[in-house]
Amino acid sequence: MTDHAPAKPPFWNNPQVRAVTFQVIALIVTVAFGLYIFANTQVNLQRLGIASGFDFLSSPAGFDIIQSLVPYSATSSYGQVFWVALFNTLLVAALGVILATLLGFVIGVARLSKNWLIARLALIYVETFRNIPLLLQIFFWYFAVLRAMPAPRLSYSLGDVAFLNIRGLYLPAPQVEPGFGWVLAAFGIAAILATLLAGWARRRQAATGQQFPVVSAALALLLGLPLLTFWLAGSPLHWQIPELQGFNFRGGWVAIPEMASLLLALTIYTAAFIAEIVRAGIQAVSHGQTEASFSLGMSSGKTLRLIILPQALRVIIPPLTNQYLNLIKNSSLAAAIGYPDLVSSFAGTVLNQTGQAIECIAITMAVYLTISLLISLLMNLYNRRAALVER
Amino acid sequence: MADTHIPHPDLPPPVSIVGPIGWLRRHLLSSPLNIALTLLALCLLYIAIPPLLGWTVLNATWSGDSRDACQANSGACWVFIRVHFDQFMYGFYPDGQRWRVDLTALLLIFSAAPLFIRTVSSQTKLRIGLSILAIYPIIAFILLTGGWFGLAIVETSQWGGLLLTLVIAGVGMTAALPLGVLLALGRRSRLPAIQTLCVTFIEFWRGVPLITVLFMSSVMLPLFLPAGMSFDKLLRALIGVSLFQAAYMAEVVRGGLQAIPKGQFEAAAALGLGFWKMMGLIVLPQALKLVIPGIVNTFIALFKDTSLVLIIGLFDLLNMVHNATTNPAWLGFSTEGYVFAAAVYWLFCFGMSRYSQSLEKRLHTGHKR
Repeated sequence: MTDHAPAKPPFWNNPQVRAVTFQVIALIVTVAFGLYIFANTQVNLQRLGIASGFDFLSSPAGFDIIQSLVPYSATSSYGQVFWVALFNTLLVAALGVILATLLGFVIGVARLSKNWLIARLALIYVETFRNIPLLLQIFFWYFAVLRAMPAPRLSYSLGDVAFLNIRGLYLPAPQVEPGFGWVLAAFGIAAILATLLAGWARRRQAATGQQFPVVSAALALLLGLPLLTFWLAGSPLHWQIPELQGFNFRGGWVAIPEMASLLLALTIYTAAFIAEIVRAGIQAVSHGQTEASFSLGMSSGKTLRLIILPQALRVIIPPLTNQYLNLIKNSSLAAAIGYPDLVSSFAGTVLNQTGQAIECIAITMAVYLTISLLISLLMNLYNRRAALVER
Repeated sequence: MADTHIPHPDLPPPVSIVGPIGWLRRHLLSSPLNIALTLLALCLLYIAIPPLLGWTVLNATWSGDSRDACQANSGACWVFIRVHFDQFMYGFYPDGQRWRVDLTALLLIFSAAPLFIRTVSSQTKLRIGLSILAIYPIIAFILLTGGWFGLAIVETSQWGGLLLTLVIAGVGMTAALPLGVLLALGRRSRLPAIQTLCVTFIEFWRGVPLITVLFMSSVMLPLFLPAGMSFDKLLRALIGVSLFQAAYMAEVVRGGLQAIPKGQFEAAAALGLGFWKMMGLIVLPQALKLVIPGIVNTFIALFKDTSLVLIIGLFDLLNMVHNATTNPAWLGFSTEGYVFAAAVYWLFCFGMSRYSQSLEKRLHTGHKR
């Protein structure tokens, strides 16, 4: 700064003055808008006689829910409805993420297959399913396929242990007997041993250069020890097979048609997107990497595991997480077919019964927002670790 | 004098390497695994194709006016679609007024046609595009709602079918792009207050499912407004969809802004351009071109998301089809209905993605890394 500055620009052209002014204006407008909405809401709530607050959560709900993972009955409170609904959402989201990842990786690798027919089939799969709205797919599976299944008496059966009818998909359920705890304990011990083994093998390779078949040894431990215990404890597990009694099946594990169609549609739809992500990720690793690895004498399996996958995953994981987030958010379409998830049971039924629109919607949005932000946070942490460090 | 050396003419390459046989060997039969995969694929095709073809074409019923016509054949009953076709396209738009919808669509097709002809200069295209953006919505609004020039008023509750789907998608796209650009600029701004506001807005809308946004706009928006002021149901859905997609658009545009080298900003500033001129003339044209695929992907997502408005009781294409399948006189044809709806959505989405790919290729100026 000099004392003899040339003609000073007028103050409204001063960038600092401008910056402060714009920000103050933006803040004032936002706050005023918020206050305006708040005042309107207060007036409207009073006019309509709606009490605000979260007291309604402890009053009895008085309706049944077709699927609940935690104990629930019509006399339970609205607060319990929230937990039932949340667990239903999380159940379908978790299963969807696992199945979509498996299917997506298979299709994505098939897209790059040297076999022309397989690559084309995978392309057709991707182009078909990602260009049809998810809601339409859910409707198709629910109304056109599962609602058109026969009555329980005429069920399709698979080897007389699994049955498919209009009430859902009935599968045998594992029944645990005393003594099964030993098997679990054996699995825990095997997991600890496998971790120790992996550490030992890594140290040995660092020190001597000798390799140890860690993966097969760990697998043998993880499978062998529990199986051996299972046999020694006298097979403490049996399968309860669903049986036709009267008009419906009893026993076994049942996937209600709402859940089955939602899961099918979510899996098929998201897998199409994951397949494209996987394909792009693998193609992003330049062919020179494969050639270099071969010239170092690595087998094609090792090339894939040690050279290509670690580099491809760096590209794959961020968009993959995005797809997981989309899947979780898309699971809210359950409301359209009446699967009792968060939006359908809580932002739907509870809202309609209590009229507490603001509270119900706010809680629902807060749950999704928390899940999203939590996953983004984990994602960013991973990204920082996996990002390419340029030197 | 030695004989001049006359080489033998080149032998043709072996049949097993070139031509159809070579192609088959390379692409389908190169290794035992490959042969197994080919057999698997053929097996899949054999299971899937004949029944599909039989259902959709060979055993299908195409003519007739009632469901009785379909009793004879085991395949699809396309009569169901034929009978309901007008409903699927126009919803409950009054019979005598449907020419207005047709006219609106034709106007758009003819006025936008020059944009897709390669020989038209980009200057003209820009002028046409901007005038369509400025004038067409007004014409379309007058034509569809009526009330002026002696046109009968058609309530938005009577709109439906593909018409409603296209209205929501069109309005959503035209609102989301500029809003998204503004939000992206705000997020990259150096002013902390503006940046915080934009980041909060974007992350909020991106973190919640569209269905809760639509729920919110249908049950909470009336509470936010002063008593006596009420919004049309369609308008509420439009606001929800536009704000939601604007947040996604903002993230796409931000990706483009981040890819522009700092030198471009500095050069613009050195030439004495202010913020809006720098962005409008130097940065945004480059940034938007970079992210065309992302923008079109957002448009495709928006187009598919329009089907969600059925949750708040609007009769878009999917809801019309769903409604028709529950018609007691036509029970049992839900598969035909959903397949038809899927085909319509697929055509639009696939068309958009192909167009974006060709555009990307054409605009590719060799700067891509």
